[in-house]
Amino acid sequence: MSLNRLLPLAALLAATAAWANEPAADRQKELVHLVRQDCGSCHGMTLQGGLGPPLLPAALRDKSAEGLAATIYYGRPGTPMPPWKRFMSEAEAQWIVDKLMSEFPQ
Amino acid sequence: MKLILTLFLAALLSACAGPQLRGTGDLGLVIERASGHVTLVNTSTRQPYARIAGLGDLSHASAVYSRDGRYAFIFGRDGGLTKIDLLEGRIVKRVIQAGNAIGGSISQDGRIVVAQNYTPGGIKAFDAETLELLAEVPAEYAPGQFSKVVGLADSPGNKFVYALFDGGEIWVSDFSNPRQPTTQRYPAGKQPYDGLVTPDGRYFLAGLFGEDGVAMLDLWQPEKGARKILENYGRGEEKLPVFKMPHLRGWSVAQGKAYLPAIGRHEVLVVDVATWKEVGRIPVRGQPVFVMARPDGRQVWVNFAFPDNGKMDVIDTLAGKVVHAFAPGKGILHMEFTPRGENIWLSARDDHKVLIYDTASFTRLGEIAAESPSGIFFTSRAARIGF
Ligand code: HEC
Repeated sequence: MSLNRLLPLAALLAATAAWANEPAADRQKELVHLVRQDCGSCHGMTLQGGLGPPLLPAALRDKSAEGLAATIYYGRPGTPMPPWKRFMSEAEAQWIVDKLMSEFPQ
Repeated sequence: MKLILTLFLAALLSACAGPQLRGTGDLGLVIERASGHVTLVNTSTRQPYARIAGLGDLSHASAVYSRDGRYAFIFGRDGGLTKIDLLEGRIVKRVIQAGNAIGGSISQDGRIVVAQNYTPGGIKAFDAETLELLAEVPAEYAPGQFSKVVGLADSPGNKFVYALFDGGEIWVSDFSNPRQPTTQRYPAGKQPYDGLVTPDGRYFLAGLFGEDGVAMLDLWQPEKGARKILENYGRGEEKLPVFKMPHLRGWSVAQGKAYLPAIGRHEVLVVDVATWKEVGRIPVRGQPVFVMARPDGRQVWVNFAFPDNGKMDVIDTLAGKVVHAFAPGKGILHMEFTPRGENIWLSARDDHKVLIYDTASFTRLGEIAAESPSGIFFTSRAARIGF
């Protein structure tokens, strides 16, 4: 198999992997609403920060995605950042971080 | 016939000649947080009468009123400060005053509007007439370290009192000379999250997030410093997570007692305002956010943080317990009583409605459509100390 034919296959595989972790469309909507409204009460509805720091791509760029997902899932004791594990799975926390680091849906 | 016609014409002419005269005592506004609108409302007709666009990011926005109740000053999340004319239903002036704002207050004499900011941390004073910047007090609590400012409230003598979330202090800035404020600092405790001035203007309370307790400063004798009340109300038990910070304001004081949200507990704490001792705690159905007394003090209404933000509990202050518990809608963010408390207006963010209830019978009287409504502010705030 030539490299030319391998590349699209790799891309396809990567896409499927991402797709496997993606919450269903309805659930995505719920998560977006949760982030904008309920995370928004501390991070701002436009995610520019409030009592909590900004969650815009520029602010998160140099941080570890895994660490950020853990912050969402487990919270940060000693700070107002609460754990959200009662309301989402780890994979969903990861999905939120991916979206925050690229462009968060409206 | 001719006479009638003349009279009719005269009536028509005078109607055209100028705006209809009216007071503002029964007017108010509803913040529509998602779309940067405010809807102006009339609490007598229970109807909206105008809608104003172009106010920017209004998440967590709040409003204060000029002493004549005609102008509202709206503090937006994006640092916008907008002055609105409630009678003409229009924006009079709008300035962007900071990067990230959280609220504001107006001085006793009505001439200074002060905004409290997260970034850059501090307060800024503006001329209420022109919105011209008069002075700033950066919340630099240690060299090069700036704190988020919370709990800003006015107190008599054109003073403003506020707390520093990161600095753990209460500051009192005296604006007797509006361009040259002087500031006193008092250590308060770990992570104050909001504050209130009691309705008589005497005490400032700062709720603490980082420890179980409330810091209290007697503004008549500030030299005595802030002291802790309700210390250890959590009794060392593990806290429940707090998914939204509670809000404090002078409305928590009723019948000589202050009704305060516990942090990380599903309780309202009751403190005697004469002795500042805890005299009770009332179990409720979630983490309280707003704990607001009806103007006569007979009832205290409580809403809750996510995930209980569809519920409301009503405490009867005579019985000392919840007497009415209901679930009026989705995402109940805020409430406001009509000036004498016969009605309460609730914003149901996710239902895109403002709901109006009778506070004696708890029946729903009506509703108003609004896009993601959050704060509701009536002009009766104009005459209150600490707002
Ligand atoms: C009650 C207030 C509050 C709420 C609600 C809240 N946060 Fe936070 N969050 C904070 C604070 C405060 C911090 C900073 C903690 C610290 O000082 O390290 C933080 C930190 C974070 C961080 C780490 C940022 C960084 O730069 O390290 C992420 C990511 C985050 N929050 C995401 C969320 C998400 C997603 C939600 C909603 C599901 C949420 N937060 C809801 C207060 C809150």
